[in-house]
Amino acid sequence: MGGDNKYLGYIYIAPYVAGLLIFTAFPFIASFYLSFTDYDLLSTPKWVGLENYQKLFTRDRTFERSLSVTLIYVFMTVPIKLAFALLIAVILNYRLKAINLFRTAYYVPSILGGSIAIAVLWRYIFAESGLVNMLLGVFGIEPINWFGDPQNALFTITLLRCWQFGSAMVIFLAALQSVDKSLYEAAAIDGASQWQIFRHITLPLITPVIFFNLIMQTVQAFQEFNGPYIITEGGPLKSTYLLPLYIYDKAFKSFDMGYASAIAWVLFVIIMVLTLVAFWSSKKWVYYAGDKRS
Amino acid sequence: MTTSIDFPAAKHAERTAKASPLEIKLRRKRMISSMIRYTVLTVVGLIMLYPLIWLIGASFKTNSEIFASPSFWPENPTLSGYINGWETSTPYTFARFFWNTFLIITPKVIGTAISCTLVAYGFARFDFPGKRILFATVIATLLLPNVVTRIPQYLLFRDIGWLDSFLPLWVPSAMAGDAFFVFMLIQFLRAIPRDMEEAARVDGANTFQTLIYIVVPMLMPAIISVCLFQFMWTMNDFLGPLIYISSVENYPVSLALKLSIDTTEAFDWNQILAMSVLTLAPSLIVFFLAQKYFIEGISTGGVKG
Repeated sequence: MGGDNKYLGYIYIAPYVAGLLIFTAFPFIASFYLSFTDYDLLSTPKWVGLENYQKLFTRDRTFERSLSVTLIYVFMTVPIKLAFALLIAVILNYRLKAINLFRTAYYVPSILGGSIAIAVLWRYIFAESGLVNMLLGVFGIEPINWFGDPQNALFTITLLRCWQFGSAMVIFLAALQSVDKSLYEAAAIDGASQWQIFRHITLPLITPVIFFNLIMQTVQAFQEFNGPYIITEGGPLKSTYLLPLYIYDKAFKSFDMGYASAIAWVLFVIIMVLTLVAFWSSKKWVYYAGDKRS
Repeated sequence: MTTSIDFPAAKHAERTAKASPLEIKLRRKRMISSMIRYTVLTVVGLIMLYPLIWLIGASFKTNSEIFASPSFWPENPTLSGYINGWETSTPYTFARFFWNTFLIITPKVIGTAISCTLVAYGFARFDFPGKRILFATVIATLLLPNVVTRIPQYLLFRDIGWLDSFLPLWVPSAMAGDAFFVFMLIQFLRAIPRDMEEAARVDGANTFQTLIYIVVPMLMPAIISVCLFQFMWTMNDFLGPLIYISSVENYPVSLALKLSIDTTEAFDWNQILAMSVLTLAPSLIVFFLAQKYFIEGISTGGVKG
């Protein structure tokens, strides 16, 4: 607001700045420092240089396993979830009378899905004689060993997160509804098919929200904890032992704070590099209104 | 909000008064198309919601019935799951755990609403040195994985003696710590014209009065969205309590439910399912009462979930 003291705004953002310094900036730097130490909570942190990182990348088989499981999980979950969210959003984006009803129904799992209760439910319905296998039995399909088989266990957690596609879908739907209708008319008059319209008009126009959803879902997927902790407890054979579980165990069960910080930093660097790659590549595929490229 | 793609060719055909063969063809095509859409949406919706329906039904089943049929309908409805589950194997009932959750949620939601409104107002309506950099930190925090700050945060709370209290669970949020909400409110504020605020200022109101009497009423729907999301996320939060709360008397419902799984007799499934239903109930009720705010909030700010 013009004419005011130019420092007035600081009064309003003061809580944020204080919180940022105390609860984010300081811990951020401290965790970087801790990753170069050996710290068991009882004594003072002891500087060990790169030892934690050396151990991680050369001698720690659990880390190797956990890292590969995490990458598989993220690269499986995020594309499936987003593709499904976009598909349903496109189907919903039509003159359907019941659009609000469907939107609400699909959104409910997103509200509840992160909770412990739903993880518990997942344990029950994917149990060996649980709901899913009973329903498969109705169609004559042999029961699947969802949690006992390391091949399937991770996928069960992916299914839980894909079940929560609603929030990504609502964002896609909002973007689809804001596409200028005259573009469709023009394309239809030129004889474009529905698929061509989607591929060449709709899709480019919603790339900003695809990009947004991609980043947010990826950052979130890398931090998955509740699902594997409750449903599979990291097993069987560590097939669902995602890095956040490993960090938790190292930090709060073995109280190996220095080592846990090093793992957290590796995870952080992976997320950051992927985010930066996404931002960098976005110049090539994300379309912003008013941009000269088409 | 609910307008969707109009098929322009069809509209064009409607305008040419008489039913031409082309129009009939297009009408039929559109009808088939919406039939397919309704079918797909209904089938997918049923598959998605059936686990929840089954959960509610199964919580009233006897233990022998839970793994006996895929139907959600309890043949011999019983409340034993609720009654025994509520008692828990600890000296406390679930009433205690709900009360604890309430004691975390209330200051967290109120603190979030107040602090995020102040901060968003500061960013959206004032210029000050370093604003660009500070705003960049909001975005950076939004993308910063919590996993990297968690350990030092724990050490910090240990050193100031906050472990096993509710403070670590709500104080950071009450200092606008959830960058996502700050960002969402800034987005809303930017879309609101400043005329009224400027008029109030001309009439002699100071910036704080302007905030309270002009901005907050206009921003109310967005603030309600923030409160609702914070409410649900706190209901669902598990890792925070797992790290900070150690004594059972301070457990919120999420930890208590995990405890029930670990301590309940191997075959008392209905107790766990019943308590799962109860812990989901507050979020479900709030969602159905106020779903308009959820959808608006998520469409404007974009939300994780």
